[in-house]
Amino acid sequence: MGLVALLAIQVLYAIASLALISVGLAIIFGMMRVINLAHGEFLMLGGYAAIVATSHGISIWLSMLVVAPIVVGIIGVVVERTIIRFLYGRMIDTMLATWGLSLFLVGLTTAIFGNTTVGISAPLGSFQIGAYRTSAYTLFVIAVAAVVLAAIFAVMRWTRLGLIARGTMQNANMAAALGVNPPRVYAITFGVGAALSGLAGAVLAPVSGVFPTIGVAYIAKSFITVIGGGAAILTGTVSASALFGTINQIATFVTTPVFGEVALLGAAIVLIRLLPQGITGRFFRRGL
Amino acid sequence: MNGRALNLLGLGLVGVIGIAFLVLIPRLFELDVVLELTVYMIMAILALSLALIWGYGGILCFGQSAFFGLGAYTYAIAVFNIGESTIPLLLAIVLPAAFAALLGYFMFYGRISDVYLGVITLTVTLILFNSVNSTAGPEFRIGSARLGGFNGIPGIPPLNFPGNKASPIDLEGMFYLATISLLLAYFGLRLLLASRFGRIIVGIRENERRAELLGYDPRAYKLATFTIGGALAGFAGCLFANWGNFVSPTIFGLAQSAQIIIWVIVGGRGTLIGPIVGCIGIQWLTTALGANQPSGGPDWWAKIFANAPLILGIILIAFVLLVPKGLVPTLGDLGQWLLSSRTKRAKTRLEPKRAEEG
Repeated sequence: MGLVALLAIQVLYAIASLALISVGLAIIFGMMRVINLAHGEFLMLGGYAAIVATSHGISIWLSMLVVAPIVVGIIGVVVERTIIRFLYGRMIDTMLATWGLSLFLVGLTTAIFGNTTVGISAPLGSFQIGAYRTSAYTLFVIAVAAVVLAAIFAVMRWTRLGLIARGTMQNANMAAALGVNPPRVYAITFGVGAALSGLAGAVLAPVSGVFPTIGVAYIAKSFITVIGGGAAILTGTVSASALFGTINQIATFVTTPVFGEVALLGAAIVLIRLLPQGITGRFFRRGL
Repeated sequence: MNGRALNLLGLGLVGVIGIAFLVLIPRLFELDVVLELTVYMIMAILALSLALIWGYGGILCFGQSAFFGLGAYTYAIAVFNIGESTIPLLLAIVLPAAFAALLGYFMFYGRISDVYLGVITLTVTLILFNSVNSTAGPEFRIGSARLGGFNGIPGIPPLNFPGNKASPIDLEGMFYLATISLLLAYFGLRLLLASRFGRIIVGIRENERRAELLGYDPRAYKLATFTIGGALAGFAGCLFANWGNFVSPTIFGLAQSAQIIIWVIVGGRGTLIGPIVGCIGIQWLTTALGANQPSGGPDWWAKIFANAPLILGIILIAFVLLVPKGLVPTLGDLGQWLLSSRTKRAKTRLEPKRAEEG
């Protein structure tokens, strides 16, 4: 019984962390059709922002949930204004430029922080399920993912900003004709996507530690989640995270963490072959 | 001068420079320079493989290092088991080609579009990296070759003259082999691209739908291009495993993949000489910046300039934003502009696209 509960928590955690690391990318890709290959580095920067803030005496909760998203969000807006905006409509060039950005950020953080892993200890301690103990922080990550997804849903569904964003996403020219300023919407969108990535990176920093090349560990997973999910931002991210997270965790449970990841990536390739438009290209088509 | 004559002139020039390089370098320089140049030649072959796939085939492959690494690992494992190097060399070409064919079948016949192609090839590379990286234990062995995981496989026996195990190829021999292979690969690809097949793949790159309506099957042509590129990359990997007598999983890594892309971008998509120039230039630059630190110089110097990702990242962003066509086509355009402005020919010129030359 305890084992089943533990496994359930682990599966939920895998799903939550996949959703967290992907949602920023999903917003940027879903709304702007920009494939941001520097996404992993945004996560990495979020981790560093949280760690630096904590070491300057700011409370860990504040640095993770407030400082990291703000810092990375600002970086995101700067990147959009200086690089991305020249490349709209040139999907492949954007991919290449953001790959360059990714290398640049890895190099920069290596120069500043050195090529070592820094960490912050996970707060909250642990709790008991049957004969097993597990970290309470796991539950916190699940909660953060749930709150973030709910907040995105609320903003997209019920606010004016969400309405404008959805309108621009569907038809940028029409939105512009109706008085919306698409470049501004894009800049805000990119900033919000980056901020969410920063939040995810910070929340996961106590689990994984942070080092300059950690982005590589995230990038493939978040990409296949977004592409596997398809066009709808929320439904796509949630359904793809649920599918891949479950596969990953069960394969990890049966074999090793490494082969859990290999199973995840393999499953993703099969999924993209079967459903090139992603899960929401076939199912849940009316999702947000 | 018309395009055809220019084309032949370029070909002749490459041949002359190549042969001069081949003959003079080992006579003029010490062995360490020759060794360094050997790896440039090997990497240039790898650059050519992506130049074909991406520059001419229009297939955005972010995972060229998968075939490169697969070639290196195949050679290493096979040569430990067989001993004589002729069959391992062939295997190191055939296996990556077969892998490319399988992956390509999956992607092209699944009609997966450009961007997703990039993501899938990237993912495959990461899968290979993760799996090979985790095979450090002694239980992971193929025949008598231990995979070694993140430690890599050291002490790989060098290539020998075909059929004669007792006479391995020495370091200078490796230089000749790599340079001749590069020249053969270059002229072979030029020949391929001048053929009917080459015209068709460029046609498909320019407009896939139109080529399809004219009766060509883009899937089959793309698959063939991809397979040839995979074979070439595998061959380069085999030479690379020979060059250092060592192979490790970083060969599959993202950094390696990014480098190949950068060579092609910097040199120019749609040319063959461009990626070679880009490859050698970038390789030289990173080596020079890493090695030539002033002793006792400021700390930040090493942090900035010996920092390959930082420099490569800036180069990549700068080229995508400012010189998206790459060096060689841009210089070509410049040359043509100078020529035409001197002769003051304002006529519209109906010449074939420059992208087919070089």
